[in-house]
Amino acid sequence: MSSLVIQDLHVSIGDKPIVKGLSLTVNSGEVHAIMGPNGTGKSTLAKVIAGHPDYTVTGGDVLLDGRSVLAQEADERARAGLFLAFQYPSEIPGVSIANFLRAAVQARLPEGEEIDATAYYKRLYAKMDLLKIDRKFTSRSVNEGFSGGEKKRCEILQMAMLEPKMAVMDETDSGLDIDALRIVSEGVNALRGPGLGVLMITHYQRLLTYIVPDFVHVMYDGRIVKSGDKSLALELESRGYDWVKQELAALPA
Amino acid sequence: MTATNVSLPPAPVGAFTRAAFEAHLASLPPLPEWWLARKRAAFERFAALPLPVRTDESWRFSNVAGLTLDGFAPPAPARAVPFASIGLSKAARLIFANGRLFSREILAPDLGRRGVVVDTLQNALREHGDLVREHLLAQPARLGSGKFSALHEAFLVDGAFIHVPRGVEVELPIGIFSFALGDRAAVFPHTLVVADEGARVTVIDYFGSQDDTERQLAVGANDLYAGHGARITYVGKQDWSHQALALQSNSTVVRRDASVQSLNLHLGARQARHESHSQLQAPGANSEMLSLTVARDDQEFDQRTLQIHQAPNTRSDLLYKNALLQRARTIFSGLIVVDPDAQKTDAYQSNRNLMLSDEAEANSLPGLEIQANDVRCTHGATTSRIDPEQEFYLQARGIPKRAADELLTFGFFEEVLNRLSQDDLHAALRTLIQTKFAGDKAAR
Ligand SMILES: Nc1ncnc2c1ncn2[C@@H]1O[C@H](COP(=O)(O)OP(=O)(O)OP(=O)(O)O)[C@@H](O)[C@H]1O
Ligand SMILES: [Mg+2]
Repeated sequence: MSSLVIQDLHVSIGDKPIVKGLSLTVNSGEVHAIMGPNGTGKSTLAKVIAGHPDYTVTGGDVLLDGRSVLAQEADERARAGLFLAFQYPSEIPGVSIANFLRAAVQARLPEGEEIDATAYYKRLYAKMDLLKIDRKFTSRSVNEGFSGGEKKRCEILQMAMLEPKMAVMDETDSGLDIDALRIVSEGVNALRGPGLGVLMITHYQRLLTYIVPDFVHVMYDGRIVKSGDKSLALELESRGYDWVKQELAALPA
Repeated sequence: MTATNVSLPPAPVGAFTRAAFEAHLASLPPLPEWWLARKRAAFERFAALPLPVRTDESWRFSNVAGLTLDGFAPPAPARAVPFASIGLSKAARLIFANGRLFSREILAPDLGRRGVVVDTLQNALREHGDLVREHLLAQPARLGSGKFSALHEAFLVDGAFIHVPRGVEVELPIGIFSFALGDRAAVFPHTLVVADEGARVTVIDYFGSQDDTERQLAVGANDLYAGHGARITYVGKQDWSHQALALQSNSTVVRRDASVQSLNLHLGARQARHESHSQLQAPGANSEMLSLTVARDDQEFDQRTLQIHQAPNTRSDLLYKNALLQRARTIFSGLIVVDPDAQKTDAYQSNRNLMLSDEAEANSLPGLEIQANDVRCTHGATTSRIDPEQEFYLQARGIPKRAADELLTFGFFEEVLNRLSQDDLHAALRTLIQTKFAGDKAAR
């Protein structure tokens, strides 16, 4: 059993507060969806969890299995079981998918232990087949010249290879065509299980018909302002965010 | 005011005195008259020329104080060499230790039958005198190292001679290994490659020492001559002792429809100067000049290049990439010259530096001198750092920062390695670079 606990988290970029007191708990086995208008801090939250150095945590905590990760570098957090599927994955010229993933797998082995190359490739090809990624991609540079959908598929391939305990997926559905959305969703669903917790950021209810969430949260202005089950996503889809904002405004300050 | 008659101090020759030169000549087998005369003339040039000074334009940014010739001695013959195979099959292998032939192996049995010569310069002076005379050090040093080229010519003991006759293709690479062994050793390696009409050959030139603490001097040169339609691939791997002073000059002559691709990998030496000079002499000639440098600790790599287009419809493409760590310094100074009648020239020159440390220093002096009006030329230099977003992306996958930077550096080099058309060569070089980084880690 794993848990990702976000406690009253405050995050700034420079002097500008972006996340303003956000709390959320994801247990393994659960899928949480976060929806919310553009610019409300969803990606900021995702990157802070992953350990991006540009953001300053000004209050609160992020705990993985009860231990604060905030003092850890991004790579330590990843090896501890956190994974971020990026909204905008970086292109890395000259570094092939195969070498990149190999380095990531190698980094998880005990000091002095060498990766078993045959077993590694076998596993890599199996995951690629599952996600319907052409095996030729192994020799292509990471994300370089990939279409939007290929990038997202490649993020899920990495997730499948690295088997995290907690995955934050930032708009993995955007840029996917209908078939790709189905393939990626099937890929994620195949990974779903008692060993994995998912925090899924999306703008579209459609994804949630493929990957059915246990909880849906609405994020607005750096906070979670409403939580519910999957029906909340349907309601947002039909009504937009205005009613949430109005409800908020009606609340006593 | 009084006018004093100042007599200039004699130009410094360090350990390479007239007496040392005569002793060197005495140690050689009988030489052809022309070669003896050239060596004597070279010694006189060497002895007359001053060492470079800071104000010499062609030595701008170089550590001229490091160019000392003192304290070196003709090295003793070697009994063993630190030869390590990098797993590439070869057509032939010549190993030189301290300037003298250590071993010669012809591994592809049909080389001789096909008329391919892979031999020592000493033998070639006797058996292929005309070819050697025509091509050995035939181009003047134009990039500033006149004194060192003269020293090389004067004190050259032996080297490699490769001749591929008309229409012959040597499939596997030919490996030349030159080792400097012992503290204070001075070596003068030379590789001469002559590819006749339509011939094809790949030559890998390795330079290495046994011990990174030995103070050595290596003044080497190579001459590449690609005749009509010939193709030469040349890979140089410089891995001298980290206390060595190394100066290497390359002259590439490309004839009609011929093409030369050279890639120099710079890893070793305390201070290494590399001069590379391509002449595109006839229409259709093509020279691709590639270089990769891993500069670390207090190393200085000083690279000067010249691309001379002497005929219409010629092409040259230079891409030099440096990765700089710790307090290392690099200097790149490149010049493209297009003669007035060399219309339809394509000439490219690019120097890219990746700074992995705040204390490292990369200097870049790209240049053009174009006298024809219908040409396509670009030149440029860039200096960049590790992209923090790329670094974060790799770290977010669990790869530690140091390993992430290493991967990004290999990625930076890959563009150059990808230019090699031979996959196994590409793989072997990639392994060499990775080993260098691994050694860097082990040393810490
Ligand atoms: N590096 C940065 N420097 C300055 N401002 C930033 C930076 N990163 C994010 N911001 C700002 O922080 C706010 C939140 O951005 P974030 O990317 O977290 O929003 P989001 O909820 O993911 O939006 P979207 O739905 O469009 O992806 C925005 O106003 C954005 O402009
Ligand atoms: Mg976002």
